[in-house]
Amino acid sequence: MNAMSVNWILALPEITLALAGLVILVFGVLQRPGKGIGACTVLSIAAFVGCAVLVALSPDGAAYAGTFVNDSFARFMKILVLLGGLVALLLTVSYRTDERAPLPFETAVLILFSTVGAMIMASSANLMTLFVGLELSSLSIYILAALERDDVLSSEAGLKYFVLGSLASGLLLYGMSLVYGYAGTMEYSGLIAAIQQTTALPVGLMVGLVFLVVGLCFKLSVVPFHMWTPDVYQGAPTPVTAYMAGAPKFATFALLLRVMSGPFGAMAPRWQILIETLSILSMVYGALAAIPQTNIKRLMAYSSIGHMGYALMGLAAASTNGVRATLVYLAAYLVMNAGVFAVITAMRRKGREVTSLADLSGLGRTDPGLAAALAVFMFSMVGAPPLAGFFGKLMVFAAAWQSGLYVLVGIGALSSVIGAYYYLRVVKVMYFDASAERLDQPARSLVFVSGSMGLATVFFVLALGPLMALARQAALALGG
Amino acid sequence: MQTDLHLFAAAILLPLAGAVVAGLGGRLMGDTLAKAVTLLCMGAATVCGIGALWGGWTSGFGPYAVPLADWVNAGGFHATWTLRFDTLSVTMSAMVLCVSLLVHCYSVGYMSHETMPVYRFFAYLSLFTFAMLMLVSSSDLIQLFFGWEGVGLASYLLIGYWYDRPAATAAAIKAFVVNRVADLFFIVGIGLIYVLFHSVRYDEIFAAVPQAAGAFYTLFGHSFPMLEVICFLLFIGAMGKSAQLFLHTWLPDAMEGPTPVSALIHAATMVTAGVFLMARMSPLLEVAPNTRLFIIFIGATTCFFAATVGMVQPDIKRTIAYSTCSQLGYMFAAVGVGAYQVAIFHLTTHAFFKALLFLGAGSVIHAMHDEQNMFRMGGLWKKLPLTYGVMWIGSLALAGVFPFAGYWSKDAILNALWAADGRMSHYAWMLGVITAFLTAFYSWRLLFLVFHRAPADVQKRDAAHESPLFMSVPLVLLAIGAVVSGLVLAPYYIGAQQSAFWQGSIFNAPGNTIMETFEQVPGVVALLPSLVALVGIALAFLFYIASPGLPEALARSCGPVYRFLLNKWYFDELYEHIFVKPYAAIARFLWKDGEEGAVEGLPRDLVRATASGAVDAVRLQTGSIALYAFTMLAGLVVVLTVALCG
Repeated sequence: MNAMSVNWILALPEITLALAGLVILVFGVLQRPGKGIGACTVLSIAAFVGCAVLVALSPDGAAYAGTFVNDSFARFMKILVLLGGLVALLLTVSYRTDERAPLPFETAVLILFSTVGAMIMASSANLMTLFVGLELSSLSIYILAALERDDVLSSEAGLKYFVLGSLASGLLLYGMSLVYGYAGTMEYSGLIAAIQQTTALPVGLMVGLVFLVVGLCFKLSVVPFHMWTPDVYQGAPTPVTAYMAGAPKFATFALLLRVMSGPFGAMAPRWQILIETLSILSMVYGALAAIPQTNIKRLMAYSSIGHMGYALMGLAAASTNGVRATLVYLAAYLVMNAGVFAVITAMRRKGREVTSLADLSGLGRTDPGLAAALAVFMFSMVGAPPLAGFFGKLMVFAAAWQSGLYVLVGIGALSSVIGAYYYLRVVKVMYFDASAERLDQPARSLVFVSGSMGLATVFFVLALGPLMALARQAALALGG
Repeated sequence: MQTDLHLFAAAILLPLAGAVVAGLGGRLMGDTLAKAVTLLCMGAATVCGIGALWGGWTSGFGPYAVPLADWVNAGGFHATWTLRFDTLSVTMSAMVLCVSLLVHCYSVGYMSHETMPVYRFFAYLSLFTFAMLMLVSSSDLIQLFFGWEGVGLASYLLIGYWYDRPAATAAAIKAFVVNRVADLFFIVGIGLIYVLFHSVRYDEIFAAVPQAAGAFYTLFGHSFPMLEVICFLLFIGAMGKSAQLFLHTWLPDAMEGPTPVSALIHAATMVTAGVFLMARMSPLLEVAPNTRLFIIFIGATTCFFAATVGMVQPDIKRTIAYSTCSQLGYMFAAVGVGAYQVAIFHLTTHAFFKALLFLGAGSVIHAMHDEQNMFRMGGLWKKLPLTYGVMWIGSLALAGVFPFAGYWSKDAILNALWAADGRMSHYAWMLGVITAFLTAFYSWRLLFLVFHRAPADVQKRDAAHESPLFMSVPLVLLAIGAVVSGLVLAPYYIGAQQSAFWQGSIFNAPGNTIMETFEQVPGVVALLPSLVALVGIALAFLFYIASPGLPEALARSCGPVYRFLLNKWYFDELYEHIFVKPYAAIARFLWKDGEEGAVEGLPRDLVRATASGAVDAVRLQTGSIALYAFTMLAGLVVVLTVALCG
């Protein structure tokens, strides 16, 4: 296949999704003001499902003069991204239940466009594609975060995310320019060749790589580039938070994995210590800072910081096993994270959303089903066998151990012990504290999401075999 | 023959039945029934035991084995519950049963003033007896150890019977712990025997001794003859049970138990176990001459030490307790020169007169309402004529005055020590003779103080009354034993018929002719012990009747010596400083610093550090966007540094 040719068929899922987005946008405009959200969301869900089928069927290969690549790794990540987006859409359907104006129909469209960006990131074969996909995804999320314009917290969240995100994008661009300056190309294949040819690695290239990594780590909310996370998670509408905690993270991880093991794979000994440090910082900070939190969305922000640290462990291992472990970890994270946010969305009293930890008091008695689901997710996040989180953690720990990163594994184990405290505190509040006022009956879509994710968490072990095979294939595609 | 074996098995097991029924059912059936059950069981067991002895004497002692049950069958290790029927075990059993029956009988009267139910006491007594019987009738070392530990347990329970008295519980713990120390050596000895012989059965061990004589045991680069090491370890075990010097401290304290218990411990069960073990292991000891020298040394020294301490004790029971310690020293000295038969002979006669003395002392204490200080007694002979009479008989037997029981056995020991003709045995003989003098002295000191001297409290004296029938019958029976047992048993145990009697159950090596030669000593040597005993009696008369001011004057003029003796050579204080205090300090360290400090403190500090770390971590999250951006850039610098320099 000619790498320089325009190969439309490879990008068919992205093209389809983008066109669907435009159609839905037109459709939404035609609705009466404030009424379009339901229909648009349903249409978007349909578009996601269709797109997922296309992704699964799409062939391998490179397109658009080598700037776009499709392989099993890309497919794996795109499916994760689509699933994350799908869950967020499902949460959007029944988000507004009080007298305030419903979310604008653009919510669904923005989530859709952001997902298109995320998919492009997963398929990037050129630093330029990377940047375009990232910006498409990010710009959509900036708007999404500030969606509740009459809410101070939401506006603040959007603004903060935008300002800091711009800073991060600037760093990313600067890194790219350095890499381009020292390697003479932005294509991954070109970078591989350039790095393999040089005997002494230029310092500038290393600096460029660090800037690149920092820019991506901002998206992943890895310490010390995480500062925006708690404020934005808390301020943004819950479905948006659910989306931010899912799809963009997977896409950024896809980028990071692709860039680090592809073009910069030969430099692994140089950047391993870097990733290790970031991983340790995230795990420890995430575990510690979550302890005093009283708001469950904020708590989940720190939780996701910690989880990104664990996922980075697989990357730090710098091996095929490590990549595979990270992929499995992300899959497990997707399942339990989506479930938790479904429960959080369901936390309503007289139609109004409540997000304090104390609001969960006695949930084990007032709504046993919801409490059981949340307890399952919490135990899974702790890493208790045989739930999903256990296998993810087991695999990243094993991969890091095999690569001889014993200190990293030790600190990881320690921070999971600390983390267990705040996860189990949620369980304690639900089952052992005096009952608070009863929560509203959750909407059916939320029951569906939390229930299905709960089952997926519990029976993750059944899907583990095929999942690991897929992840292995994906990891091999990346390494090869 | 089969009948004898069945009788023997019944004699061993009946006390257990009594203990179980009375102990577990006592609460339901009440005290009277429990007493009746244990007494009946003991009576029947005693009859069976004597029957077995008679049967063995008429139709031969075997040895036979009476298998009862399988016990341990693991790999190459095999242990069974099997009774050994030979002269040593049957005579020991009969003696234990007789004394124990009398003690049971006596206890019915002695414990009648108790306010709490006493079925527990009788169950323990029977259990004690059973454990001792198990020990003496064992056919392998594991079973012996079972009995050995059973005796330790029962003694703990009985010494601490009055569990509401702190002194009694402390004494019980002390007895148990000191015995544990010795038991450790004992069990290591058993382990070494298994290593050397691949068996714990007596028959197999004794048969293999000649082949094992050359074996060596290497420890820390030094080689020792294996059998010497084994015998040494076994002897340490025996030292603990038999309260020999350095491990004797528990015995006087054990007086905190009720007096019948003291009688049982000192006469029949417990302390005699060590001497029995030595006799039982005679085939091993015969090939360990160096260990036997050590045994002589310890025995003789204990003998002398305990007698000196006994001279000055004010407590009636402690005086007799030190006397036991001293007499056991004699027995070990005899073991040391290879005269095991003589040791067992003295053990048997001693059982009668020591039980008699203790029960007599108990009778006095009972009459004086739990008064034990001899200086607060006096003038009791008219009020307690029977007790007075039997105490005289017991003291005469203890002092070894012809023709009482002690004369035959103690003289035999001293003669054997002389006849053995070694430096160590002469040392032992010398101390033994001095001890004979001291023994007579402290025995009559006791008699004079308790029965003759002007009463310290006339009212109390006048209120005293002779003991009930249940107590006086055992006293009379034991008194008969104390008079005649020496005369009657001497021909069998150590005299002309000894080889026909023992039938090889005690082993003397071919070169060991002590049992034939011990009577061939110069006349003056043979007479000396009796002579010094008479002198001791005379001195006691001088001190406590003729001029009662003399002892006090002597105590004042020889103050340090007196205090040294009164404080039992300061052994308790020494151990307090060497063992108890450092141990308590270590325990305290482990408790305060180890457990509360590290084990509990570390998690506590970790939790505290985590909590404060969490608060600090959150403090960074101010909400200021400028700070956020700054943190990002600072982080970038840090990461860049790590990447470029790391």
